[in-house]
Amino acid sequence: MSSSTLEAKLGTQWRKPHFIKSPYTRYALIGGTIIYLVFAFNSIEVNWLRVSEGLVRGWRFISAFASPDFLSHGTDIRDGMIESVIMTVASTVVGILISIPIGLGAARNIAPLPIYLVCRTIVALSRALNEIIVAILMVAIFGFGPLAGFITLSFASIGFLSKLLAEDIEDLDRAQAEAIKATGSSWLQWINYGIQPQVMPRLIGLSMYRLDINFRESAVLGLVGAGGIGATLNTSFDRYEYDTAAAILLIIITTVMSLEYLSGIIRAKVQ
Amino acid sequence: MLKLEKLTKTYATGDKALCAVDLEVPNGQVLALIGPSGAGKSTLIRCVNRLVEPTSGKVLLGGEDITSLGSSALRRARRNMGMIFQEYALVERLTVMENVLSGRLGFVGFWRSFLRKFPQSDVDEAFRLLDRVGLLEMANKRADELSGGQRQRVGIARALIQNPELLLVDEPTASLDPKTSRQIMRLICELCEERKLAAIINIHDVALAQMFVQRIVGMKKGELQFDGSPDLLTPDVLTRIYGEEDWKATITKVEEEVE
Amino acid sequence: MPIYESSAGKKTWQLRNRNAQLLRWFAYIVGVSVFMWCWNEISQATNWYFVWDAPRIATDIVSRAMPPKWSYVEKLWGPLWDTFNIATLGTVLALVMAVPVAFLAARNTTPSALFVRPLALLIIVSTRSINSLIWALLLVAIIGPGVFAGLVAIAIRSIGFCAKLLYEAIEEIDTSQVEAITATGASRWQVMIYGIVPQILPAFAGISVFRWDINIRESTVLGLVGAGGIGLQLQGSLNTLAWAQVALILIIILIAVIVSEWVSAKVRGAII
Repeated sequence: MSSSTLEAKLGTQWRKPHFIKSPYTRYALIGGTIIYLVFAFNSIEVNWLRVSEGLVRGWRFISAFASPDFLSHGTDIRDGMIESVIMTVASTVVGILISIPIGLGAARNIAPLPIYLVCRTIVALSRALNEIIVAILMVAIFGFGPLAGFITLSFASIGFLSKLLAEDIEDLDRAQAEAIKATGSSWLQWINYGIQPQVMPRLIGLSMYRLDINFRESAVLGLVGAGGIGATLNTSFDRYEYDTAAAILLIIITTVMSLEYLSGIIRAKVQ
Repeated sequence: MLKLEKLTKTYATGDKALCAVDLEVPNGQVLALIGPSGAGKSTLIRCVNRLVEPTSGKVLLGGEDITSLGSSALRRARRNMGMIFQEYALVERLTVMENVLSGRLGFVGFWRSFLRKFPQSDVDEAFRLLDRVGLLEMANKRADELSGGQRQRVGIARALIQNPELLLVDEPTASLDPKTSRQIMRLICELCEERKLAAIINIHDVALAQMFVQRIVGMKKGELQFDGSPDLLTPDVLTRIYGEEDWKATITKVEEEVE
Repeated sequence: MPIYESSAGKKTWQLRNRNAQLLRWFAYIVGVSVFMWCWNEISQATNWYFVWDAPRIATDIVSRAMPPKWSYVEKLWGPLWDTFNIATLGTVLALVMAVPVAFLAARNTTPSALFVRPLALLIIVSTRSINSLIWALLLVAIIGPGVFAGLVAIAIRSIGFCAKLLYEAIEEIDTSQVEAITATGASRWQVMIYGIVPQILPAFAGISVFRWDINIRESTVLGLVGAGGIGLQLQGSLNTLAWAQVALILIIILIAVIVSEWVSAKVRGAII
């Protein structure tokens, strides 16, 4: 039987089966994409004259990286950086402390339904709101300064850490947790002995990662007046002082790199 | 004819995988390479088509020294050597047909292969081979949908579509169950017979090797320990290759099964 | 885990020995004092009068923002379309640039581990260390305000992110499949498209959708620095203290983010 099919197949072309089986869906998707791209490109107005002028400025900016100016606004940069670091550290600590109970509450396997829903709502809200938007509102409410930035970053950290922590708790090893429960432990003892040892390494890793993110974010909060290095950076762009801007960007890049390196080491150690 | 002359491989870690190995494989001969893990069997096979770069020595295929070839000449030489792998090494997310046709990559240009427009003769040959290994119906399945034995058949078809002079077979049955192992070994040996192919088969299952091949080479710590027909494989020899163990059971069991 | 024997011959068990315990306490004290110092700095830079006044201001803002000015939605469709384009085209542009960078950065595909790889890693680190808002700020200064600046900002910020995830995926591929293709006598590029690309395609698709989702979020605020999209309207409304409009814009942004997250989750589910 198979040889007859072989005869039938010999001499016929072979074509790779398409990823999307139905031809209608396939052509509709391709056509839709093309139409979208045409419309999208047409709706973008590019002033090429302005762009070509800008290229000269862009080149000046890039060459500024060769001679960054750390000194002429040295105190501004230093104060801004210190403020960024302070916001980062404080908000990460507070974020972790608050996200632990919320993370426990957002894990379906240990929290009762009402608590679960409340915690999940907090998580969803915090994740859906962009940091900058939160920062704007906080600045409007609490006034300019690092407090607004600190609250913003703490709020953002809560969403991030709680969600990942909850997911981690949801797929931990049930047998270990059950064994502790079987000893007749109280709820807190159960969390302490059955859950905590399992999620701790990952929590530490995630916290380090969040520290890194918070620092990066703290660098932009200044743009809306929420403290940190961003304000200094904004000013230097406004005044076309590219060498100062380059210096600030270099500092940010090196800090992020070293933070990443550090967190890599710590994560490798705890896991 | 394949000829290895003083083939030596020392890894960067200092491990001596091959120590001046001399070996000749005449045209059309199927040879089984046995020996404990770490004896250098895999390295030997991979040095032949230079997936592993030998440290010194020569590999002569039909009189041509493969070790001295430049990269494009090496690719042409590799077309003459089909390889079958331990864990099948199919490209899992490609279809069975693409996997088989990938054996022709050395013969077609980049754009043809990129657009999957292989010559009709290649496509026909792929269909014939798939039919021969019993997987014609599976041509449009993705490779990761197949069972282990089926995957290895695709691997065999991929090696054979190159129309090679020599098959390099690396532990073809290591991840298969005993029954499938035999079927695969039988298939490889039959195909070698049909196409008058020479083959080097790495295999750790001594009984299986004895069952199917005319010549067995034993290796230990990068050196050849034994070279002869399967019935010369006595407990003494096995002790020399693998170390002290009661080998009688292994050998007698095979004799019973062969009869 | 040391066990001590007191003079009475009684054995006591402790989790840690004394030095480790002291070290732990010391670390706690250092940690707490660092945090206290940070808090002190923040509180000194804060005008507490405003903070005590905050509840009143907050209620004031909320009362002005409620109900949102629904009629304003007419003016938001255009900016919303721009925002969508910034995110989508920015992601596409980023992927086009990220793919070669990733191949140059991955240990197993880089042409030269000594020269090319560090360069590729430098591109990855520098583009992803800097927030897209800062890139937008920069590009607005260079090529002028508008959607185009936002698009390029999103693209640049995404290069590093996508390239990093992609090169990690490339480094994790199954080498035996690549070996098998090499053994057929395939050329370098053929090995690439037959041995490597099929293996990283799912990761590539996942990364694209993931980044697109993030980019939708980020492009909603790019307008704050003049780089087009719905953020421009937000900025305008904030400047005129039109809180009812701000409320509406925030609701629209929230919906956009939720929809994009849903789409991204669906698509990733379909691929993997």
